[in-house]
Amino acid sequence: MNIIIVGCGKVGDALAEQLNEEGNNLTVIDPVPAKVNEVATKYDVLGVVGNGATHATQQEAGIQDADLLIAVTGSDELNLLCCLIAKKAGNCQTIARVRNPQYSSEAPYLKEELGLAMVINPEQAAAAEIARVLHFPSALKIDTFARGRVELLKFKLPENSPLVGCSVKEITTKLHCDVLVCTVERDEDAYIANGDFVFQEKDVISIVASPRNANHFFKKIKYKVNSVKDTMIVGGGEITHYLCEILLRDGIDVKVLERDEKRCEELCTAFPDVTVIHGDASDQSVLLEEGLTQASAFVSLTNLDEENILLSLFAKSSMDGKLVTKINRIDFGKVINHLDLDTIIYPKNITADTIIRYVRAMGNTIGSNVETLYNIIKGKVEAAEFIIRERSPVVGVPLHQLRFRSGVLIAAILRDRKVIIPRGNDMIQLGDAVVIVSNHLALHDIMDILE
Amino acid sequence: MNYRMIFYVLGWILFFVALFLFVPDITALIYSESVFWIYCCVSLICLLAGFIITRKRPENKTLYAREGHVIAALSWITLSISGALPLFLTGEIPSFIDALFESVSGFTTTGASVVADVEALSHATLIWRSFTHWIGGMGVLVFIMVFLPLSGATNMHIMKAESPGPSVSKLVPRVKKTASLLYSIYFVLTLVEFVLLLCGGMSVFQALNTAFATAGTGGFGVLNTSIGSFSPYIQIIVTIFMLLFSINFNSYYFLIKGKLREAFTTEVRVFLLIVFLTILLITINITGIYTTEDALRYSAFSVASLISTTGYSTVDFNQWPEISRALLVLVMFVGACAGSTGGGIKVSRIVILFKGLAKEIKVMIHPRQVSKIQIDSHSIDHETVRSVNVYMVCYVLIFVLSLLVISFDDHDMVTNFTAVTATINNIGPGLELVGPTANFAFFSDPAKLVLIFDMLAGRLELFPMLLLFTPATWKK
Repeated sequence: MNIIIVGCGKVGDALAEQLNEEGNNLTVIDPVPAKVNEVATKYDVLGVVGNGATHATQQEAGIQDADLLIAVTGSDELNLLCCLIAKKAGNCQTIARVRNPQYSSEAPYLKEELGLAMVINPEQAAAAEIARVLHFPSALKIDTFARGRVELLKFKLPENSPLVGCSVKEITTKLHCDVLVCTVERDEDAYIANGDFVFQEKDVISIVASPRNANHFFKKIKYKVNSVKDTMIVGGGEITHYLCEILLRDGIDVKVLERDEKRCEELCTAFPDVTVIHGDASDQSVLLEEGLTQASAFVSLTNLDEENILLSLFAKSSMDGKLVTKINRIDFGKVINHLDLDTIIYPKNITADTIIRYVRAMGNTIGSNVETLYNIIKGKVEAAEFIIRERSPVVGVPLHQLRFRSGVLIAAILRDRKVIIPRGNDMIQLGDAVVIVSNHLALHDIMDILE
Repeated sequence: MNYRMIFYVLGWILFFVALFLFVPDITALIYSESVFWIYCCVSLICLLAGFIITRKRPENKTLYAREGHVIAALSWITLSISGALPLFLTGEIPSFIDALFESVSGFTTTGASVVADVEALSHATLIWRSFTHWIGGMGVLVFIMVFLPLSGATNMHIMKAESPGPSVSKLVPRVKKTASLLYSIYFVLTLVEFVLLLCGGMSVFQALNTAFATAGTGGFGVLNTSIGSFSPYIQIIVTIFMLLFSINFNSYYFLIKGKLREAFTTEVRVFLLIVFLTILLITINITGIYTTEDALRYSAFSVASLISTTGYSTVDFNQWPEISRALLVLVMFVGACAGSTGGGIKVSRIVILFKGLAKEIKVMIHPRQVSKIQIDSHSIDHETVRSVNVYMVCYVLIFVLSLLVISFDDHDMVTNFTAVTATINNIGPGLELVGPTANFAFFSDPAKLVLIFDMLAGRLELFPMLLLFTPATWKK
């Protein structure tokens, strides 16, 4: 597909990397030559310097032949304008990033009236993801398929877990739990687990299950399964705004620490029920005074990644609860993983993933297509949900008779509100939604899973 | 420095040289020449070496800019040496340095020869010489890139190191797609010329050779008189195609797409203007010697041949009046457009240099004035201007040093000066002793080595060759 990306910031860069890898023809636009140059040399894309909202620049970028324009500059208005002009200039779909809460609440209206294919709000998406892990603090990360009927949970095995030394098979035979182990990350390696795989301590495990079965499973292996009761948030930015909205609705006590007085006032006007503290969180006495040690969750959402990491490290040493750290800019994934920081949120990846999901589905012409898509292990393993709309060779054949490619796992089948964790005798039927975990990135069609 | 990966790419180069060698192989077979076995052996050795090296793919495939430059330089050296082997082994060029000179001259599309009697060479060797022009014209690495499974960023580094001109512009987002588009244009243009030459009464062998050598803007001929003894029709066809191949290939892409404004860029317009003016001046200057019609044809051919850096000749322009000779030497320096198969300094650099000069003068008058160089209503960023300036300094430096070294041979100044000009700009003939009817055989071996370096440096736009000899490149 021919795709134009306007804006070469963090998200633009992440999008260019992934979409390029998936074999799309990309053109990036940015007014700063140095940024365009950087992206254009890093990935195999065409760079155009200029204002992406002007017709001339869009034409230079080849808007006539484009299938999709993604506007991810720092300004909401510019993004919307880009999309409007692209819509008139070419015959393409458009995606805009809109982050201002005032516009965000009007997203459906904007989408409808301006003919946008998608309006994405990175902060809102990040807040939703944080809220999910706060509801289920034992998990590092929770993604949902089929509107929440199937969950993909990632968690880490502590040293004294009863699961250490068990094999994957024994989850069903000994614990009698109906969950499916997808992947196990150990040190730098990632495994797609088969039945004989034996767990070790500090493994990071991803499982697929219905929420109730997952609950049951975590109880069996002695994990906390209840939602946190209260949360301490450092930093009062946009994500905090959306997060407060969700947490208050669910009856969780929220305490926000913010350095800027004006921002504090805005927050406390918007959310009278939130305890807003005006103070510098980098002063550890402030944190302790506000009861960090008793908090059941700590979320660091300041604008500085380094500060977030330090705050979480401090919180880890002084409390025994859920930790969430936002990392926006810095890379160093390996080092961060070694710090053992519990849940880490990368807003730029969430945005990029959401958009890529859409692009994949757009690229599909055949009957089944990608409904939802998650990166389980960045750049290595992903989980995709397909809906089977047309007859294909995978339909109506018991799974053990199909010849799958190696590294492909059918994680769940959803049929009429029922979740099936598939065994060899189960079959895929027309109308099913199928969740597939695979280390072949860029599965575009259900047929890609067969040899 | 990723040595393993560099080695791997060099393996592919050998592999492709082996494939290229099938062309003279088949020719020798058709004309049942005894050199067939030698070409066959060299081809098989290259094939075997290439196969062994490329069998194991390196795990770490990342290449950065410096590896791109080193790969470009080493690839061209590998290419030249393996291309020289058959010339040397067949005994048609008895000295290895001479064979290397001929091979480098072929691949870099220079066309400077050490062979006095071209007609005595075997058909296989003749077609190999012309074919090296065709391969070298568009760039071997760019060609190989289309087939090699490398990442996009890697390809970009290599393309930057090999493509002529101050900046690389892609036509479509993918490097591979861009490369295959450019090669298609190249292939089609060559084919059209081949057919037109056949119509003019050339034999298939002559037409093929001439088409290859014109396309790469090389200049190796199959007759001792170059193009001189062919009909005026053929001379005109060759003139036109020499000019066509020295225009930025991107222009043809835009022409096909129907974007006239993008096709006729400032560079192309300036190029055509220079060609028109020099032809006009030289025609007026030499009308006394020939009839007006001949004068126009001869001057057009010579100007096209030298500005496109092909180096074919129809008459001995060494005998022309001084002003004509001076004009010809000047266009030698100008060279072709960026993104074509021609060599020289490149019109786009000349344009940037002159606009930069004008800007500096303006700044002297109004010291506080802020101004930017604009070409085709795009402002040229400082980085590009700087790199063009550095290129010029480097060019002059290499030129002067080369001139100094080859002066040890004790030939006259005009010979030495134009010999360096003709090699560093990848043209072929110069004036006086290296004029269009002469050759480079009389230079001593050290002088030939310097000229070989000049040809490679000129083709690869100086920097890859310089990087190769910079210790910092090889430091860990």
